[in-house]
Amino acid sequence: MATGDEQQDPRIAGISSAIRVIPNFPKPGIMFQDITTMLLDTKAFKDTIDLFVERYRDKNISVVAGVEARGFIFGPPIALAIGAKFVPMRKPNKLPGEVISEEYSLEYGTDKMEMHVGAVEAGERALVIDDLIATGGTLCAAVKLLERVGVNVVECACVIELLGLKGRERLGDRPLFVLVNAT
Amino acid sequence: MFAAENGLKGDPRLQGISEAIRVVPHFPKPGIMFQDITTLLLDHKAFKDTVDIFVDRYRDMDISVVAGVEARGFMFGPAIALAIGAKFVPLRKPRKLPGKVISEAYELEYGTDCLEMHVGAVERGERAIVIDDLVATGGTLSAAIRLLERSEAEVVECACVIGLREVKGQLRIAVEYRSLSMNMLRHRLT
Repeated sequence: MATGDEQQDPRIAGISSAIRVIPNFPKPGIMFQDITTMLLDTKAFKDTIDLFVERYRDKNISVVAGVEARGFIFGPPIALAIGAKFVPMRKPNKLPGEVISEEYSLEYGTDKMEMHVGAVEAGERALVIDDLIATGGTLCAAVKLLERVGVNVVECACVIELLGLKGRERLGDRPLFVLVNAT
Repeated sequence: MFAAENGLKGDPRLQGISEAIRVVPHFPKPGIMFQDITTLLLDHKAFKDTVDIFVDRYRDMDISVVAGVEARGFMFGPAIALAIGAKFVPLRKPRKLPGKVISEAYELEYGTDCLEMHVGAVERGERAIVIDDLVATGGTLSAAIRLLERSEAEVVECACVIGLREVKGQLRIAVEYRSLSMNMLRHRLT
């Protein structure tokens, strides 16, 4: 278990069973981890947020950065509960103000992630939230955007880690916390 | 329709919320004054007050579904859903939701777009609210209402942080049959 705890928190089982797997989405061979069913389960959704909040509330985190779009579902409730600001990390041309961009590679080609200039200040302590980590490309881009402006990324947090795709490795020595492992 | 009309006139929290919203001129194109809520999300008190005002309004209305419109509806909807004990249902652009979906087309200034919801996300008879950051013409909200009504849920209200009082001189009539709760009064944009 990625948390390093010897015993799994009893809430994890309910969260895991609330996640639906959709075969062959978005393309053949991919087993898609669908968190929308977990959002319909009020206990599982609340437990998910609570587990993150309990972990981060006393860590002096002032920034929760959420990756578009499913990171927008989990990040704000966590930010509100721990007294941090929420910063959306978005696809190109969505944020209206001045932005900084970070390019990252996809299986074929590249994409870009953007953050508003001035959203964060050097020295702030941040979390990066997404629903899932696979290859780690997206999370890495988000981390780099924050680090470029002098933010200390304390940890990346995801509901699900897809094992076998080396996401954890791609993050290097930056800590990663997940609730559920999937293959 | 607006918070003042909904009995929130004089609520001291509204001013802080309004001041935390940034207007970005000429985005996404010349002539548009874009209402940017990302600065509200950086102001923890204003963000919390925004969510609290919605929660206070809906907690005793037996709402079991909070439907949020992608993507900025995702920033407000889940916190409200969690606080009132409702489920959160994302309403998404085409081909984002992985399971079986129902789709509803709606008009843009030029052309059309589509909003989708998972089949089975809501059940017949559930009481729902729809959340988005802003209502302009009401086209997106109307599509959201239709999706929920096609699943036989009852849309109790649409709730937005910002209501544009006038957009090109008219507010879409389609939303007139549903009450609309908009926390913020934003004056006509020229």
